[in-house]
Amino acid sequence: MSFNIIVLAKQVPDTRNVGKDAMKADGTVNRGALPAIYNPEDLNALEQALRIKDKFTGTKVHVLTMGPARAAEIIRESLYRGADGGFLLSGREFAGSDTLATSYALACAIRKVGRVDMIICGRQAIDGDTAQVGPQVAEKLGLPQITYAEEIVDIKSSRITVKRRLERGVETVKGSLPMVITVNGSAAPCRPRHAKLTLKYKRATTLSERQALNSDCTEFYDTHPCLNITEWGAADIEHEAQWLGLSGSPTKVKQIESVVFTAKESKRLTASDGEIENLMKELIANHTIG
Amino acid sequence: MNNLFVYLEIEDGVVGDVSLELLTKGRRLADELKCKLEAVAAGYQLDGVGAQVFPYGVDVLHLADDKGLSPYTSLPHTSLLVNLFKEEKPQIAFMGATTIGRDLGPRVSSALFSGLTADCTSLEIGNYEDRKAGKTYENLLYQIRPAFGGNIVATIVNPDCRPQMATVREGVMKKEIFDPKYKGETRKLDVSKYVSNIDFVVEVIERHIEKSKVNIKSAPIIISGGYGVGSADNFNLLYELAGVLGGEVGASRAAVDAGFAEHERQIGQTGVTVRPKLYIACGISGQIQHIAGMQESAMIISINSDPHAPISAIADYNITGTIEEVIPKMIKYYKKNSK
Repeated sequence: MSFNIIVLAKQVPDTRNVGKDAMKADGTVNRGALPAIYNPEDLNALEQALRIKDKFTGTKVHVLTMGPARAAEIIRESLYRGADGGFLLSGREFAGSDTLATSYALACAIRKVGRVDMIICGRQAIDGDTAQVGPQVAEKLGLPQITYAEEIVDIKSSRITVKRRLERGVETVKGSLPMVITVNGSAAPCRPRHAKLTLKYKRATTLSERQALNSDCTEFYDTHPCLNITEWGAADIEHEAQWLGLSGSPTKVKQIESVVFTAKESKRLTASDGEIENLMKELIANHTIG
Repeated sequence: MNNLFVYLEIEDGVVGDVSLELLTKGRRLADELKCKLEAVAAGYQLDGVGAQVFPYGVDVLHLADDKGLSPYTSLPHTSLLVNLFKEEKPQIAFMGATTIGRDLGPRVSSALFSGLTADCTSLEIGNYEDRKAGKTYENLLYQIRPAFGGNIVATIVNPDCRPQMATVREGVMKKEIFDPKYKGETRKLDVSKYVSNIDFVVEVIERHIEKSKVNIKSAPIIISGGYGVGSADNFNLLYELAGVLGGEVGASRAAVDAGFAEHERQIGQTGVTVRPKLYIACGISGQIQHIAGMQESAMIISINSDPHAPISAIADYNITGTIEEVIPKMIKYYKKNSK
């Protein structure tokens, strides 16, 4: 038994370490000022896919990402860890996409890939935290979904068993393939880069990356097709233009404000016995405690 | 028609707090829009639901009572809402930003091509001018949410598509009885008309849901720890102080990620929002996403070895010191001075 798996991954700005220059004057995000990383929960998703590949010989794992040219990095990172290949969906037609337009484009690309048994992605991306793209892709493809997955426990004759992590407990569910699965950050972390694979795939690039470097090397990539990262534009996927990009996005941003907290007048205390005792007396006297 | 709908989360016949909070918000917005507040209950043995939700001002309760709808699975609940919304054409639909609402909401929005905004922290009604199209929209739902790791707050609108959908986390809105005697109408739905057999492709084979052990949301005193607490062992000092003062222990995301405290104690945008009368922040630097979940506390005391940690700007008292040093003294002098 072997499976065709697509992992949906996103390159995201590292919002966990945001500096002052992260926002432009017009209130939009200055993505250039932040390091671009592999969305953390998408790495958890990749690990689940690679574990299936380890267990079921012949299973193929491909990574699909939508983003600018530099998002090819995500696919290289996946190849270093054991993925078989990837697709970069890129182009100005996709600009301004909200989650719905994004999931429409991804669904069109998945249809182009062909027979897929599992679509696995992170629960959510750290730049938006919406957790919407996974279920929306599932709905667009007419597939069932299992969200908040912590572990793919077992696959037997196209029935998949998944443990889910909920707010106050766990749930084990069973469903039929094909299936969309979104993976929680509490799942097993992704394996590190594999040294041999890193050497093998360090020259894996998209055509536009090679063109940007003026190093076409057509011959080399013709003889090493596994090092060519497939790049698709809107013209390469079957779609209706109205559902892509801005026109396919029902949500509009009315306004964006930076968050500023108003500072309070505060008292500074040391850890001395006298100051702590006075504080506790004050809290008791004004009935905050006691 | 064109009313405001709230999807109710129900566990063992009990409507979740997050849904009651949404009903409270929904009642106010429905009054502002001069429309009805309607609720959808999907599950099994739902006879007690009406009595629980009518006091929150529900005008119409749609009841989908069927064994197959409990426990929750994605497709049957999606089909129910999608088909009901096609009939009723709500202008607004809310659900909890829970593992259920965040599983269900995106699917429903995708099927209806309507915009969904996740994890809103504020919901208001207002107008929107689309300058490019030269069009003004009246009485839209402003869906206000933090984005980009909490560093910005965005106001999102859905000008053309209905329903305007939003999810909200538990504890972000306040729950308040509207009128204890309020009586709405119950409409029982014929589930087979809305949900087809092929929707039941995923089955739940095992389920362990624990009753929440901590009730951090309603605790009057919260002793909260961050990464600076250093270890799960050191968190015991916080539990000790909480025990003495009669409070609960909370934690920042960094402390939860480091395994110092359980996830259900997490305070902030990705956890619970709290408004206690006293909040003692121990070793918490004060990331925006944490402050957003506790800034409405009546009094904030910060214990931090770094006197310039960002949290010092919003704290009423800043104690410079380590928790190992400060907390035992707090316990000692509280015991000495309280009767």
